[in-house]
Amino acid sequence: MAYQSTLAVADLDVDVFTNQWPRFALSIQGLRKAFDDVVAVDNLDLKVRRGECFGLLGPNGAGKTTTIEICEGLTRADGGMVEILGLNWGENAAELRQSIGIQLQATQFPEKLTVEETIALFRSFFHQGVSMDDAIATVQLEEKRRSRVGGLSGGQKQRLAMACALVGDPQLLFLDEPTTGLDPQARRHLWDLLEKLRSVGRTIILTTHYMDEAERLCDRVAIMDHGRIIALGTPSDLIASVGGEHIVELVVSPDSPLHPDTLAGIPGIKCHRVSVNFHRISVSELHTTVPRIFQAIADQHLQLTEFRTHSATLEDVFVSLTGRNLRDE
Amino acid sequence: MNKFSLSSLHQLTAMRIRLFVRNREAVFWIMIFPILLAFGLGMAFRNLPADTFRVAATTPHLTQALDSQKPFFATTLDEITGIRALETGKILLLAVQKPEGVVYRYDNTNPDARTARLLVDRAVQAAAGRRDPVPSSDQLIHESGSRYIDFVVPGVLGMNLLGSAIWWLCSAIVEARQKQLLKRLVGSPMPRWQYLAAFPISSVLLFVVEIAVFLGFARLFLGVPFRGSLWQLALLCFASAVSFSGIGLLISSRVRTMEAATGWLNLTTLPMWIFSGVFFSSNRFPSVIQPFVHVLPLTAAIDSFRANMLQGIGISHLAGSLTVLFAWFIIPFLISVRIFRWR
Repeated sequence: MAYQSTLAVADLDVDVFTNQWPRFALSIQGLRKAFDDVVAVDNLDLKVRRGECFGLLGPNGAGKTTTIEICEGLTRADGGMVEILGLNWGENAAELRQSIGIQLQATQFPEKLTVEETIALFRSFFHQGVSMDDAIATVQLEEKRRSRVGGLSGGQKQRLAMACALVGDPQLLFLDEPTTGLDPQARRHLWDLLEKLRSVGRTIILTTHYMDEAERLCDRVAIMDHGRIIALGTPSDLIASVGGEHIVELVVSPDSPLHPDTLAGIPGIKCHRVSVNFHRISVSELHTTVPRIFQAIADQHLQLTEFRTHSATLEDVFVSLTGRNLRDE
Repeated sequence: MNKFSLSSLHQLTAMRIRLFVRNREAVFWIMIFPILLAFGLGMAFRNLPADTFRVAATTPHLTQALDSQKPFFATTLDEITGIRALETGKILLLAVQKPEGVVYRYDNTNPDARTARLLVDRAVQAAAGRRDPVPSSDQLIHESGSRYIDFVVPGVLGMNLLGSAIWWLCSAIVEARQKQLLKRLVGSPMPRWQYLAAFPISSVLLFVVEIAVFLGFARLFLGVPFRGSLWQLALLCFASAVSFSGIGLLISSRVRTMEAATGWLNLTTLPMWIFSGVFFSSNRFPSVIQPFVHVLPLTAAIDSFRANMLQGIGISHLAGSLTVLFAWFIIPFLISVRIFRWR
């Protein structure tokens, strides 16, 4: 055990290039957590660099929220090590609370307080931080500063939650599904805000089950499933790992099934999955491969009932790793 | 304690007060309801001539003998109708003429009926020719401070403080817990004891209005006396409010729903309303349970209010009550800091 912890410290050693200590904003080793008989987090290892915008991506129940709440010091782990900014919850809880900003999935602020009053309340807990005006300006709630929380839209409430996470000028920001339940415009508005925070070098760790959100915002993502990380890397690396940049989806009539071997010889096909009559094919070049697929179907006299293509996304990474869709429960 | 930790206690207390005064229903039940209650009490206990007793007799001769006396409103009923009227509470007593004399039917556990029995018998005997050997006459007093309303106002004040402090606190904490606000707050560097301490502090500030309005009404419209020092009375009210919010904190430490909180709330407050002497003196309970009655915080509160208002006893003689109140704040508060469910 002692030997292992020495290793962990060596891992967190001074970054020789930036001379910053520690190099990682977050370092997790062997993290485990079970609720009753459900294993929520299963021996998870993860490192997040300073200044990085890191996404935990996965379906509901993958263990994202449990992982992030253990990091936030709100849930106690069954085992493993969590180090945040070189500190840990066992010994440095008070210091850590001052250095992180959090936003939870389902917090409802008191409806009868105003925006200003809510921010002032959270500001009062921090030894140092941003001014009220700065906090309100950052989340663009100037016009609503004297409005009651109960009268805010979903997006405005979420931006208020962001302001409360930012008042202590945190080094590390934890955001749990910041855009879930928001309409598209409010989501984009929040993305702009997150991109702004990211561009000034703040470390952000967010969970989401929206692939587009992770692709747009995150420097690196970890895809979680059943409490484990099943893929880790930059969004573009992960997408490239699927084997093709484009996804072709087609359905043929059930009376004349298409055998995968039919398409096996076509150059440019990287991966082919079939479920009943639904075919999912990843290809590197649409303009050369698709005509050959059409040709093969025509040669077999098969009935094509659906056909579509899209650029590969993180969703496709998840599908290719698990055979399930992200939003399947 | 540095500047920042004080400012967060101030912010948390301000939040409590804002949320309270912006909640119209809470303001109604806590501020307006006691006035309505006092008004109702005033109507019920305003100075009226002594009540008349509704009685009945089985013969017109007996009825006439009773009706001629001042406190009676007498009717003639046959025995069966009379018994039914007794059972339904329409009359207090039925005088039945028998060959050997008069039989009185009444419920001897009802104090009014017992009084009626004595007065009816006196009237019947007088009508039959009895003369009192010693002449006597009445001189009536209605001195403030010795009336029932004077006794009951401090009781209602204590009862209302207890109910509103606990109810307000439970509903605020359960809501914050359900809406995950508690979890969000402990995710920030908020000192946890300050969140809890903001309740007793704000209860003192909020209930000063409730107390002032209720007691002002009692003084002006019911003529209830204030014989002790008003400052000391205020201090006793504050001690009670703080003590009751300690109990409220303990009740709401673990509960997740308002339904569960209501159960605990009733379990805590109902015995106190019964045993602590709100409407009648707690000394009426058997001596075996007197030690239990006297450690209840509501007993301590009401006894000290009555001692101050009705007897003008100084706070230095109320150390016992104040100790009970303080203990009921500090022990539940310390327990709830330890066991409070923050998520």
